[in-house]
Amino acid sequence: MGILDSKIPSGPLANKWTKHKNDINLVNPANKRNIDIIVVGTGLAGGAAAATLAELGYNVKTFCYQDSPRRAHSIAAQGGINAAKNYQGDGDSNYRLFYDTIKGGDYRSREGNVYRLAEVSGNIIDQCVAQGVPFAREYGGMLDNRSFGGVLVSRTFYAKGQTGQQLLLGAYAAMNRQINRGKIQAFNRHEMMDLVLVDGKARGIIARDLVSGEIERHSAHAVVLATGGYGNVFFLSTNAMGSNVMAAWRAHRKGAFFANPCFTQIHPTCIPVSGDHQSKLTLMSESLRNDGRIWVPKKKEDAIAIREGKLKPTELSEEDRDYYLERRYPAFGNLVPRDVASRAAKERCDAGFGVNKTGEAVFLDFASAIERYGKEKALTSGLKNPDKATITKLGEEVVEAKYGNLFQMYEKIVDQNPYKTPMMIYPAVHYTMGGLWVDYNLQTTIPGCYSAGEANFSDHGANRLGASALMQGLADGYFVLPYTIGDYLSDDIRTGAIPTDTKEFEEAEQQVRDRMEKLTSGSGIHSVDYYHKKLGKIMWNKCGMARNEKELKEAIEEISALRKDFWENVKVPGSIDSKNQELEKAGRVADFLELGELFAKDALHRNESCGGHFREEYQTEEGEALRDDKNFKYVAAWEYKGEPKDAALHKEDLVYENIELKTRSYK
Amino acid sequence: MKLYLKIWRQKDASAPGKIVDYTLDGVEGDMSFLEMLDILNEDLISKGEEPVEFDHDCREGICGTCSLQINGEPHGPDRLVTTCQLHMRKFNDGDTIVIEPFRAKAFPVIKDLIVDRSAFDRIQQAGGYISVNTSGNTIDANTIPINKYDADEAMDAATCIGCGACVAACKNASAMLFTSAKVSQFALLPQGQVEATERVQNMVRQMDLEGFGNCTNTGACEVECPKGISLTNIARMNREYLAATCKG
Repeated sequence: MGILDSKIPSGPLANKWTKHKNDINLVNPANKRNIDIIVVGTGLAGGAAAATLAELGYNVKTFCYQDSPRRAHSIAAQGGINAAKNYQGDGDSNYRLFYDTIKGGDYRSREGNVYRLAEVSGNIIDQCVAQGVPFAREYGGMLDNRSFGGVLVSRTFYAKGQTGQQLLLGAYAAMNRQINRGKIQAFNRHEMMDLVLVDGKARGIIARDLVSGEIERHSAHAVVLATGGYGNVFFLSTNAMGSNVMAAWRAHRKGAFFANPCFTQIHPTCIPVSGDHQSKLTLMSESLRNDGRIWVPKKKEDAIAIREGKLKPTELSEEDRDYYLERRYPAFGNLVPRDVASRAAKERCDAGFGVNKTGEAVFLDFASAIERYGKEKALTSGLKNPDKATITKLGEEVVEAKYGNLFQMYEKIVDQNPYKTPMMIYPAVHYTMGGLWVDYNLQTTIPGCYSAGEANFSDHGANRLGASALMQGLADGYFVLPYTIGDYLSDDIRTGAIPTDTKEFEEAEQQVRDRMEKLTSGSGIHSVDYYHKKLGKIMWNKCGMARNEKELKEAIEEISALRKDFWENVKVPGSIDSKNQELEKAGRVADFLELGELFAKDALHRNESCGGHFREEYQTEEGEALRDDKNFKYVAAWEYKGEPKDAALHKEDLVYENIELKTRSYK
Repeated sequence: MKLYLKIWRQKDASAPGKIVDYTLDGVEGDMSFLEMLDILNEDLISKGEEPVEFDHDCREGICGTCSLQINGEPHGPDRLVTTCQLHMRKFNDGDTIVIEPFRAKAFPVIKDLIVDRSAFDRIQQAGGYISVNTSGNTIDANTIPINKYDADEAMDAATCIGCGACVAACKNASAMLFTSAKVSQFALLPQGQVEATERVQNMVRQMDLEGFGNCTNTGACEVECPKGISLTNIARMNREYLAATCKG
């Protein structure tokens, strides 16, 4: 321990952030003009941070691998964003949002960070509305809310099924305003290849122009990494094809500790895998669980008949259906947290009740919602004694207004009409709670290197609640980093521009070149995707929804061997000094092959089950996660020591002064 | 199924391009169009050839990165989908499929099927925002009630993913549907009124500077738009522009 200082301010929970803002150093507006900041990644966290820092007066350079900042994968978030506004008057408060988040994360996150998140959540909504984000509204013109998993209030704001898109476009618009003012220089189709340290401080990056292939040096007084999560280590996930861990991993290799890598969220409602050709998985928003009921057949023979196409799900009577979430968790029903819902689906499918060809799918059924809404609509429309067809039609219209784009997406992919037959869903890798270790100021263990959004580990513990990722990304970017980074930069007002013609930049650039040369000089037996798919299979089978000691040990050996094979035999066609998508992929997969091993090592060392980390050896008689607060109430932060298997563990003890640790129950 | 592919190959922006023929076997209906191209690329890599480069990222129809002119139509024959959500069940065994990049003067080819759509970014930088600081010191979100119909209509305009299909579909390579969707989102909301005059003027000026063509109301853009952005937005932008011009 010892070397990890979380820098949580002292004092009562509700005053910590205000006190901290009053205590930290500021940089005066004239001096901000002399300070450069690099922001890597332009999703909600990076885009919001870049816009706000530029607005404050810093000179900002942004980098993204996409062709436009607006295409970062935050755009794909569907359901909504949480905020403790209590507009519904249902008893919500900052404390409740804080409590739900800590509990949802299975008591593996910091009180101070999470309370701050809850505290600024309301302001995010004000901010976004001021920017013109078209949130859903009620007929009276006020903002509408819906419910998400793991909570008992309606605090989720949304813009149809495209909330992430609208929030990202808001942050992108704020960026555009600063680009137009010349305060942000946007480097699109650029990838960060390495972090450059000068005298132990992060002072720049080596980037590759993905169009020309040119290697570039960029310096700054601080570097912000907001590059998202590492779910693609599983190959199949709901992440974008290009989502990768490279920036975070390069920083890790340079001294930034990597925290809780095994805390990964497997989202319960995704479209099931259809075949080996599949390149990615598609999420069906958690908001669907507001109205959809999850079930499998009660009898195995019915499940088999459905799998073989001999029986239609709509033909099965109510008595023959097992609404297993409502049965097991009557208090939260279909809205239990994601980790719980995912494991319950796996349990039913493993027991032989799966409903698609592969036996790995359960139903998400809207029939009762359609009927309920249809009756309500008929009543408010003044229709007396409407027939069943009219009720269904009216109900389908209401459901379409709520989830139309999701239903359309499902129909295009699966070729079935979800208004008429229940959706088939199965869990898939979606989000990574683990990430770069950061203190209260969002600074990593490298001075001057900050991390925001999904890329850091900070707020979600061992499981993230729905609609909290957007909240955290924007909180970090708009409201936290712009304050805390000033405290560090106040020492740099006399530093002047950082030169790039120094030996530190030269060495870093040479290492980047050497690595690319090495990638293109393999014996050329297998493609990059071949290795990525193999890695994904190991991760999914041995580090997925349920883990055990034996298989984790096997995973470590297998990943290590696969990495060796990769570096000897990978085939990367084309050259390093031109546009080359295979080379881009190769660099990313090379880092996943290291991260995957650390992931397994972390999962192996954590001898407890908590949140998304479920160790088969540690469960209650009812199959619920069995946490061990005595021995594992800490953040596991790993220090790079060469091979992933040699990584050194540092523990940050989690202190709970305001919340009593309990066994999580949603029953 | 077996497919005959005719694909545009171009080494870089300055090199001449040409159509190259490929035959691909073993394609299944459940594959997406991009997964079909993945298989072709695996095949090319194993033969020691350079794979076909194409833009793609989220593969769930929202990021707007994927493009492709498929048999002459942006995002292919299906309606209201992007190429990543187009599935091979829309094609038949033995079909010939012509795959080209989006064609427009303002979208120069970078490599193979990849084009440069940064002109869209510059149009938005010219005024596609509301000038509020992101410091959080704003009024409570519910202070200004907004009529639900207006909010919904603004949302419909805001769902544009900026893919450029409208430009690729238009015989004049006009960007009116894209630009008008951005203008409309703000024109429909009270927050957007303060800067309405400058916004529409600046965005239209930038659109013209980028070399997009004029609108002749053929409506091809609306038909091909994967997000169903309505032509009404163009009418609204024209009205906004006229009003702005009258104001001076």
